[in-house]
Amino acid sequence: MGFTASKHTSGVLMVQVEGQLIVGNRQELKNTVQEALEHGERKFLVDFTRTGYIDSSGLGALVSISKKVREQGGELRLAGLNEDLRSLFELTKLDTLFAITDTPDQALVAF
Amino acid sequence: MTSPLRLCVRRADRAHEAGMAVEVALRIPSDVTLIEEAVELVARHCFAGWDAPQRVRFRLRVALSEALANAILYGNGEDPSRSVEVRAECLPDVLHLHITDDGPGFDPATIRDPVTPEDLDRACGRGLFLIRNLMDHVRYNEFGNSLCMTLRRH
Repeated sequence: MGFTASKHTSGVLMVQVEGQLIVGNRQELKNTVQEALEHGERKFLVDFTRTGYIDSSGLGALVSISKKVREQGGELRLAGLNEDLRSLFELTKLDTLFAITDTPDQALVAF
Repeated sequence: MTSPLRLCVRRADRAHEAGMAVEVALRIPSDVTLIEEAVELVARHCFAGWDAPQRVRFRLRVALSEALANAILYGNGEDPSRSVEVRAECLPDVLHLHITDDGPGFDPATIRDPVTPEDLDRACGRGLFLIRNLMDHVRYNEFGNSLCMTLRRH
């Protein structure tokens, strides 16, 4: 359970969310992205292929991260959401805030 | 390491006994890092012996995680001397989840739905909205410190 960050050959920092993204671990994700921003990373892909569920704190963390990345002139994309996870973004209208693709590969070519 | 969660499970010998198959009671210290374990414990007992649809499994986990976060953060103010009690009634047709904190309560009617364009950039304020939309029925007690969430099994 946790977050795995790896640099893709295209220059995109891929962050895999393994398990849940909830109030108990959202800060870890925010820290991961913040540190990467400070090291000059500007392209981020958060991959939810191996994610169980997300709560409102997790959604809020993504909103915060998105704002910070935009402020630094960067780009954040989300991918790998199953039907249930996607429904959370649709309910909260956050599907209109984020660039969401079905698969990580689709997101990588969209940068 | 011993878990700080205190669990009590009562299974009726016959599913029709008092109309109840399983009752789960869990007491959780005011620590958000315990939420995931608490959710899994309750879910495991609620879904035992039942091939529940994925949609139901997902909704229960998200709504319970949300309710526990609200209870620990806002109800109990993360005060370690306070705890949260979960009682799950797993009936043949529905699941009732009662989440009660030790705080002073609040008026849920004052919490509006965060779906205006201005709300999109807000990092918080979506918890109760998610609960209301994922559960079939949601009710607070008169003090606002105890939530009852109902989810149909199918």
